[in-house]
Amino acid sequence: MADLRTTLVGHTFRNPLWLASGIWGESGNSLKGAWEAGAGGVVTKSIGSQPRMGYPNPTVVTYEKWGMLNAMGLPNPGIEEYPQEIGIARSAGAAVIGSVFGADAEEFAQLAARMAATGVLALELNLSCPHAKGLGSGIGQDPDQVREVVRAVKRAVKIPVIAKITPNHYDVASLAQAAESAGADAISAINTVRALAIDVRLRRPVLAHGLGGLSGPAIKPIGLACVWQIYERVRIPIIGIGGIEHADDVIEYVLAGARAVQLGTAVAFRGIGIFSGLAKELSERLDALKVHRLEEIVGGAHTTATPQ
Amino acid sequence: MVETPNTVTLRFRYAPPAGPGQFVMIWIPGDDELPMSLSYTGDPKGVTIKAMGDTSRRTLSLPVGTLVGIRGPYGNQFDLDPRRILAVGGGSGTAVLAPAAEAAAQRGSRIVAALGATTAPELLFVDRMKAISEKVEVATDDGSRGHHGFVTDVSRRLLAEQPFDAVWTCGPEVMMKKVISAADERRVPVFCSMERQMKCALGMCDACALGPYHVCTDGPVFPASRLTPIAEFGRTKRDSSGRRVPL
Repeated sequence: MADLRTTLVGHTFRNPLWLASGIWGESGNSLKGAWEAGAGGVVTKSIGSQPRMGYPNPTVVTYEKWGMLNAMGLPNPGIEEYPQEIGIARSAGAAVIGSVFGADAEEFAQLAARMAATGVLALELNLSCPHAKGLGSGIGQDPDQVREVVRAVKRAVKIPVIAKITPNHYDVASLAQAAESAGADAISAINTVRALAIDVRLRRPVLAHGLGGLSGPAIKPIGLACVWQIYERVRIPIIGIGGIEHADDVIEYVLAGARAVQLGTAVAFRGIGIFSGLAKELSERLDALKVHRLEEIVGGAHTTATPQ
Repeated sequence: MVETPNTVTLRFRYAPPAGPGQFVMIWIPGDDELPMSLSYTGDPKGVTIKAMGDTSRRTLSLPVGTLVGIRGPYGNQFDLDPRRILAVGGGSGTAVLAPAAEAAAQRGSRIVAALGATTAPELLFVDRMKAISEKVEVATDDGSRGHHGFVTDVSRRLLAEQPFDAVWTCGPEVMMKKVISAADERRVPVFCSMERQMKCALGMCDACALGPYHVCTDGPVFPASRLTPIAEFGRTKRDSSGRRVPL
């Protein structure tokens, strides 16, 4: 059995398969459930300063096999009440990463400090939600703002800081470089890809918010390209996200440069059992490929070819 | 079809097969999208909507011919195997019990129903339940029809009077908790159809988290044995932000 453990942000994770932010992470019991189902780490819903209801429905549109469009609108219970949920997950022994979003560096820093106080092992900064004005990628598409936010958060907390990067930018790696230069400990990439669905009979967008973000198998090649390019330009670890369902998806991301990955849409399509199923599948696939430790092959595709 | 002063059934042709207990997401363009249990699972399918919030009120006043979106069906179904079933419906909760009782009766199960409402005109599907039940008893808070008091009193008495293999219930959680405790005394298993805020209906967004479960994919029908250990059951739900708020 290949060794799936992976070490980054000062922690050795039992496997590289994390629950992505926004899936299951609004309640502590769900985080606990994902951990108990075998996730290597669990990332919370993105938490803000105040409770936020999110957008009205429809908030999701699904496609048969290749993905899903969503514009939830960053619903979350707010940092005041959320620590009780983290407490539930932590009491189950879960490796919890706390995700936060803010409107500016100051708000990010304040939230980060409060999130760190809950005992999470690292923070993930949501610099990439594609559908909330002035938040997420509203900030994360500007390398200067990314730098400013990461710097402010790093000053405010002692725990490791992961910057989650948007794919909706012509030079994604420049955003990762900005985060690294400000002291980020890791990069997650990618968040959803800006997208739209229209109902032809009603002649209107299906999502209440109009634009949304695409996730699922359709965006795997985009995520891979982003991770590839980021790996070429930064030294800090990368967490790959986007369309992962099968062992080879994970291995592709690892070969492109990821040290861990996150699953989101696959949980909706395949159920929470995907964590244990995929860990087993991954281990068997690595055995067949004669790879003893997953960490051996991080960035492994870069040595044989160098597409720009 | 107007069922009660506050409740209307909408029927529609929608091909995907559905079973009793399942729900669909009904999209009112420009307004919202709401989870609704199917009150008719054959053809045409139907949902029975009670005027509760803004969207359901507006939905009930939509002009005929308005296009709405439907996705689903989602969720699990009632197990139709029990031979002697007590169906306990509170208010619009009867909407989901009726198609399940009809399906079970058609397979040969014997149905006894206890239906409650605040007042007589708000009693839902009494005739529909009578058509397939051995006995239907009603209760109203104001005593305008049937037992003057709660439907839980009626169901407790019915449980004492005759044996059942299962109790099905849908209604306010406080009511369902009382139904469960009465059935527990007789060791009759209870199945509850649960309601929570829903957004994705795909087991992803966590809006409908209830203890370790998601109502959209693990439910909406739960054996009571799964619900009673959950501290939130009968006490709190989550609002759109995920905050715990009193029921």
